[in-house]
Amino acid sequence: MKPAPSIIFFTVASGAGYGLLFWLGVLKPLGLLPASSLFGATAAIIALALITAGLCSSLLHLGRPERAWRALSQWRTSWLSREGVAAVITFLPATVFMIALAHDEERFILPAGLLAAVGAAITVYCTGMIYASLKPVKEWHHPMVAPGYLLFASFSGASLLAMLAIFWGGGFFPALVAAALGLAALMFKRAYWASVDATPAGSTRETATGLGFIGKVRPLESPHTEANYLLREMVFRVGRVHAAKLRSIALLLGFALPALLFCLAIILGGGAAMALGLLAAVSALAGLLLERWLIFAEATHTVGLYYPTQR
Amino acid sequence: MTSLPTPAPGAKKLGLVIDLDTCVGCHACATNCKEWNTSGHMAPLPDQHPYSAAQEGVWFNRVHAYEAGDGDEGRTVHFPRSCLHCETPACVTVCPTGASYKRAEDGIVLVNTDMCIGCQLCAWACPYGARELDEDQGVMKKCTLCVDRIYNETIPEDRRVPACVSTCPANARHFGDLGDPNSDVSKLVAERGGYELMPEMGYQPVNRYLPPRKASSQVKTPPKEAGPLPSQITNPLLRWMDKVLSR
Repeated sequence: MKPAPSIIFFTVASGAGYGLLFWLGVLKPLGLLPASSLFGATAAIIALALITAGLCSSLLHLGRPERAWRALSQWRTSWLSREGVAAVITFLPATVFMIALAHDEERFILPAGLLAAVGAAITVYCTGMIYASLKPVKEWHHPMVAPGYLLFASFSGASLLAMLAIFWGGGFFPALVAAALGLAALMFKRAYWASVDATPAGSTRETATGLGFIGKVRPLESPHTEANYLLREMVFRVGRVHAAKLRSIALLLGFALPALLFCLAIILGGGAAMALGLLAAVSALAGLLLERWLIFAEATHTVGLYYPTQR
Repeated sequence: MTSLPTPAPGAKKLGLVIDLDTCVGCHACATNCKEWNTSGHMAPLPDQHPYSAAQEGVWFNRVHAYEAGDGDEGRTVHFPRSCLHCETPACVTVCPTGASYKRAEDGIVLVNTDMCIGCQLCAWACPYGARELDEDQGVMKKCTLCVDRIYNETIPEDRRVPACVSTCPANARHFGDLGDPNSDVSKLVAERGGYELMPEMGYQPVNRYLPPRKASSQVKTPPKEAGPLPSQITNPLLRWMDKVLSR
């Protein structure tokens, strides 16, 4: 599948924003974060800014962005529509939460924070299900895809929260959460790749053409001499050439290095911790951009079976 | 609505039956499809760079060619690929706007291009590559089963079939109601063992493909040498003898 920059940025930025909102909504009422109202407001504003930037970026992928409002109508069947509805609804408690944090309104922080956290989790789950529900892409139609989106969003959000909390001098608990989630994400992604690589494709040229009863099917002539929409959009091949190296870089940059840096930040503390926290958060986001690029670049669509040179 | 209609018992399931035994790969179906549909229900079917290198465009029908099997059993098969008007089309249910829909009355899958936002999720959801984006308008386009021909009372009744069917010189394309077991197309499918593509996907395509027939054993004996045509025999006596002996 073609890795569209607008969608990669959308899922990484919004994912991190929703993850940040989730952990802020859960940990703030529990008193596990710096008490400063400026900290709470800054974190909430960053979360909402990332979410909004991501959603705006997703509109760039549309052929007719001015009609985007129509996407809120078909939530009965469409995960994309559900994602849109969940995103819009989550803005309500998230905005109340942000204002409550800025004004230190204790009675609103707990309910609004928890509602925002629930909304964030639902929205990211819907994003994951958009991909997980697509049967023609075997790398996406996999039980670990939607949980993966949740785990990576919560990890990147926790990383941002840990970075901010370290700046405000209270980063112990969120840094611990971020490091633990980083290790969990590392193991999860490895397990996902192992599972996907071991799963044979359910569809073949033989089932796609129904000619398997004659024997092995080989493409002889393409229907057209030039490219077309299908080939450009769904038969993207660049990612597989360097897949092994890119996977290692994504694991290292995205999960291993941030986990290590957050552990070091907990041990060292002070000014060094601030630098390490910043580096860890940047590394996590950069690694996730690469991870998301691979999600598209490595994905194979069954329409490729009809054309020469795939598999 | 992108919820699929619950088909009434005995509801029509219009679709195509494509005979891979007789298809000669001439691309006439694809060409006539483009010709009709570029001014039809889902018009236009734009082309990018039509008069220069890297020309491409939106087509509802693409004719592939494959080699299947090896040795004496091996053969070349021409393979037209278009929308299969599935009974459970995920291209419809994933649509966030309701622009994609399946008609309750005949099962045709269509796009309302006035509502489509061009998110392209339907193209990702289709295992068969039946949907192509109109990059000029930013909306998705697909085969309409020539909904603007098959019910069109301004054209003669015997021509109310999809453009691809009407133009096929090898009679390899058939159109009809696959929901009615007594229709001509259903009988053809039953007789020839017509099959669906990628049944493992569970989309339940309506269109059927008729398999290439087994090569008959007669083919292995060389054909008899053909004699001269009567018109090529100039001697009247010999022409008369040829006529008598040929009886």
